[in-house]
Amino acid sequence: MSPLARKRLGAAALNAAGVAVFLFAVFPVYWMVTTAFKPNDQIFTTAFIPFPSPPSLDHVSRVFTKGVAGHSIWQYLLNSTFVAVSAVVIGAVFALLAATAVARFRFRFRTSFLILLLIVQMVPAEALLIPLFTMVKRLGLYDQLLGLIIINVGLTLPFSVWMLRTFVAAVPKELEEASWIDGASRFTTFWRVLFPLVAPGLVATSIFSFITTWNEFVYALTLIGDQGKYTMPVALQFFVGQRSTDWGGIMAASTLMTIPVLAFFLLVQRRMVSGLVAGAVKG
Amino acid sequence: MTQTSLVARGGADNSAPSRRTPPRARRSGLSDKAVPYVLLLPGLLVIAVLLLYPLYQMVDMSFHKVGLRQIKVTNPAPAEFVGTDNYQQILSSDLFWSSLRNTVVFAVLAVAFTLILGTLVGLLLNRLGKKMSTFVIIGIMSAWATPPTAQAIVWKWLFDSDSGVVNWTLNLLPDWLSSLVFGRSDWSGQPWFNDTSTLYFVLIVAVVWASFPFIAVSVLAGLKSISAELYEAARMDGSGAFTTFRKITFPLLKPVFAVLVVLSIIWDFKVFTQLYLLAGGTVNRDAFNLSLWSYAEAFSSPPKMGLGAAIAVVLTGILLVITFVYVRQIVKTEDVR
Repeated sequence: MSPLARKRLGAAALNAAGVAVFLFAVFPVYWMVTTAFKPNDQIFTTAFIPFPSPPSLDHVSRVFTKGVAGHSIWQYLLNSTFVAVSAVVIGAVFALLAATAVARFRFRFRTSFLILLLIVQMVPAEALLIPLFTMVKRLGLYDQLLGLIIINVGLTLPFSVWMLRTFVAAVPKELEEASWIDGASRFTTFWRVLFPLVAPGLVATSIFSFITTWNEFVYALTLIGDQGKYTMPVALQFFVGQRSTDWGGIMAASTLMTIPVLAFFLLVQRRMVSGLVAGAVKG
Repeated sequence: MTQTSLVARGGADNSAPSRRTPPRARRSGLSDKAVPYVLLLPGLLVIAVLLLYPLYQMVDMSFHKVGLRQIKVTNPAPAEFVGTDNYQQILSSDLFWSSLRNTVVFAVLAVAFTLILGTLVGLLLNRLGKKMSTFVIIGIMSAWATPPTAQAIVWKWLFDSDSGVVNWTLNLLPDWLSSLVFGRSDWSGQPWFNDTSTLYFVLIVAVVWASFPFIAVSVLAGLKSISAELYEAARMDGSGAFTTFRKITFPLLKPVFAVLVVLSIIWDFKVFTQLYLLAGGTVNRDAFNLSLWSYAEAFSSPPKMGLGAAIAVVLTGILLVITFVYVRQIVKTEDVR
């Protein structure tokens, strides 16, 4: 075989492997979405039906009108959004302040604080469930979305600070010094100079926190008992019945839950990888 | 504007003796020394109240008997100190060994498969053309982005006994091959979630599917940072693909791998969401891993919060030891070099 032919063959093999990886990754997602659009007789069958023919909107409209566990899916989407957005906004303020302190100042316990950040991220969130449950209960926050918001701020903050501090450190200090020379106060400098430059990093960090909170399952499961206050991940399991599962409904709801995450993922993909690897932390 | 930035940069200029120290902000009430502490305070408070104090409480609860009467909102009964009773109860329970086994075996297999598949895909992405690699990255991104709850549900559906695609696919195999490999030819109605080993098989598939993309993209980012000249030199010296990987790629990517291994161990050791949904809650005790067992003891009736906390302490302890040993190993070898 000539070297050129061998090279072509090698490239073809690599591309074939690429296609195989693509199919393995995408097929379950494809199956989730297509099942959501299949009428029931195309779902509960032993035959393989590659795509819905004709596509049906029954399940999608049903999860919005009838919903599950007595509430429309809107209610759960709304609860999830409220919890995630609130936790992200509160967390972003705290994280930005702490990240500025760590990246801009040299002070006595700086290294200790950074090590603390790393260590608390090694502790599994699932292990803290029991003490946090009793704490939430004692504070009268059981069954309140506020309790869930507070918990999620705590769960996401260490990573946010860790990720954000690199963005703050990347802003040249000279810019702030120039602003000080012009007579600006510390707050004005922070707000007018540092903040606009860190904003893209803050958005990336916030999206990461949003995804974590949006997906969070075990705390939402334990801290909320009132069905009207369930978040999406918890509501999903009520499509699963004792005897049979409403596969069409659950796939429609899962698809709805995945769409915002997927959109955000494609948006911040590159930053997330570098942040995770540089940070050596959980997600 | 130009003027001020010139002056500011002058701070580093030796010929400008008037600007030895960097400029400072106009004084605004706070002394310079206090500023970082004030900025840090809210974050530190959150970490202390929501992470450190619960950590202490978890250990404290593990030495107490904490039930319904102790977690009441209005005048709760004081928790009774029981010494190491909870730990003795765990160690003498059959569930301890089965859930420890499930935890460890799952973590080892899931971490190994995730890293191998992720690394291979990362190497592949590095060799694909630009268009093809973008295409594959977008594809694997969709698996990565699927929320854990949706992951579990989709794989449960794919492995459904009657209408699942997996059983349909296995039925496509020629009967002789299927009998030879699996000892059966008819897969119709094969249940995957009744038996602990097949349940964990599906769990491994689901978790590896969702986590290999992160490894692949990280490895790709690492590979891109290695200079092409090194590979050129290796090829000139007649090094094969495997030797090149072992002698060049792996040593240079070692710090990246170290982080990825630790992250994967942490993620897979405490897997909860996917297992909870695949196993259908806490009914199947054989399928417990440590986190599901801890949850089951603490939140089924009657709640045994102290016992659950003790299991959580064991889980956290194992996790911290693994992480610590591994991190130290890495630090050591890095020092030697």
